[in-house]
Amino acid sequence: MGYLISIATFACIWAVLALSLNILTGYAGQVSLGHAAFFGIGAYASAMLTVKAGWSFWPAFVAAILITGVVGGFLGLPSLRVRHDFLVLATMGINFVVIAIFKYVSFFGGALGIIGIKKPALFGWTLRGPWFLALAALYLVLTLWISAYLSRTWAGLALTALREDEDAAEAVGVSVPRFKIYAFAISAALAGGAGSLYAHFLGSVFPDHFAFVESIGIMSMVVFGGIGTLRGPVVGAFILKALPEYLRFVGDYRYAIYGGVLVLMMLFQPQGILGDNSWLWNKIRRRIND
Amino acid sequence: MPEKTNRNTPLLDIRNLSRHFGGLKAVDGVSFQVNEGEIVGLIGPNGAGKTTLFNLISGFLKPTAGEIYFRGLPIHGKRPNAIARLGVGRTFQIVKPFGELSVRDNVLAGMGHNIYPSLQAFLHVYHTPTAIARANDILENVGLAAYADARADTLPIGLQRRLEIARALALSPILLLLDESAAGLTHQEAEDLAALIRDLRDRGITILLVEHNMRFAMNLCERIVVLNQGRILAEGTPEEIQTNPAVIEAYLGHSGVVRREA
Repeated sequence: MGYLISIATFACIWAVLALSLNILTGYAGQVSLGHAAFFGIGAYASAMLTVKAGWSFWPAFVAAILITGVVGGFLGLPSLRVRHDFLVLATMGINFVVIAIFKYVSFFGGALGIIGIKKPALFGWTLRGPWFLALAALYLVLTLWISAYLSRTWAGLALTALREDEDAAEAVGVSVPRFKIYAFAISAALAGGAGSLYAHFLGSVFPDHFAFVESIGIMSMVVFGGIGTLRGPVVGAFILKALPEYLRFVGDYRYAIYGGVLVLMMLFQPQGILGDNSWLWNKIRRRIND
Repeated sequence: MPEKTNRNTPLLDIRNLSRHFGGLKAVDGVSFQVNEGEIVGLIGPNGAGKTTLFNLISGFLKPTAGEIYFRGLPIHGKRPNAIARLGVGRTFQIVKPFGELSVRDNVLAGMGHNIYPSLQAFLHVYHTPTAIARANDILENVGLAAYADARADTLPIGLQRRLEIARALALSPILLLLDESAAGLTHQEAEDLAALIRDLRDRGITILLVEHNMRFAMNLCERIVVLNQGRILAEGTPEEIQTNPAVIEAYLGHSGVVRREA
């Protein structure tokens, strides 16, 4: 039971990561293969603030979200100069640089990481097991709500416009640079919160947890489920995160699965298994309508 | 809103404008004005610098030298989104619809110009009854009402050109820049478009259009500016332009064989 709860908690955290990447890549069209860097920045911020500065979880959680949001806005600056495949390379580079900083700057604990991160407490009562899962699930619901609301606002429309055509977006009054930075900041902030939860759930953080392969994993969850939708990243994260954890023998091949998913989806269902007009989603909708 | 322009100030005042790409002088010392309520045509052979000039006015290119004033305000060096928000709408010669959005949402995207600079853009939902009603009005106006819910990239090219206009109209523009909106249209479609443009002018929108279709431009515009190799070759009424020897030579070469445009 404890094992299943633990898998479900991971799935919730990764669903938030997938949804946050979806805002950047699905909504605003800025393809990033460095999302694990934001995950790591949130985790390290929260770990350092609690372990080294003695803060309690809740303010550290909020601070991790804010810090990662601000850093994310700055790390989005390359997107103002480069587009498409060049941006992909730039974000990959950012991921490597961030990990290197965690690893080689002793202030961040170096390769030994940070250990002894406490679980959150509420009114003197430590949140563990199902209660921590409830916290992670709550944060997932909040992220879902933010994603859904954002897509309905003028800002969401501006993001879609710049995804579809940057020149045309400028021509209707959208400051493309400003909205790209917004997208990076929001996406990073949400991922930073996921990082904080991860750090406090695991009790320790190490640089390699946030390496480039993790970015590939998050991207494959978004693409597998269906980029641009809400259901897609969540379902993608639950399947691709929970399944390899649950089926141990599959877990050994996790990175092969992530890579294979990306190749197969691009070839056969680029809109994802549950994307609009995908084979499965059309079937489900027909069944519901009947 | 800035106060009404002084009668004597031209709406658009282009002074000695140049844009060079390396050794190529795409626009080279161009000066002309557009007055409120006019329909002005910008014509010229391929490579004359028409689209470059449009991109300079709308801020997509920075001038190498020279100035652009809109309602007396310098706009050279401003970003395109800022110029758009001042009331300059434009279309693109190679259409740039927001393809995955519905036709109506394309227009709505243009209606957000006042809210985008503010963080309020994150609070307010865009599908409000008033906004939708206004978008529908604009679509009705350009004859796209029947396609409001269609995905923009599924429209045939002629209708996508209309959508470009509809999206620019959503800015409530004072000046509308139309980049070859009649390209590829049938005779009837071009007639309809001309009627629409006249109607927009009658409702107070000043029009500057780039046109390749000579008959279309001659019938529609009150004043024509002819560009050739980045410079102004002639300026005047359609009648004056049609009989201007320099224009005839630029278009037809030295042979002097005058052929009516189809």
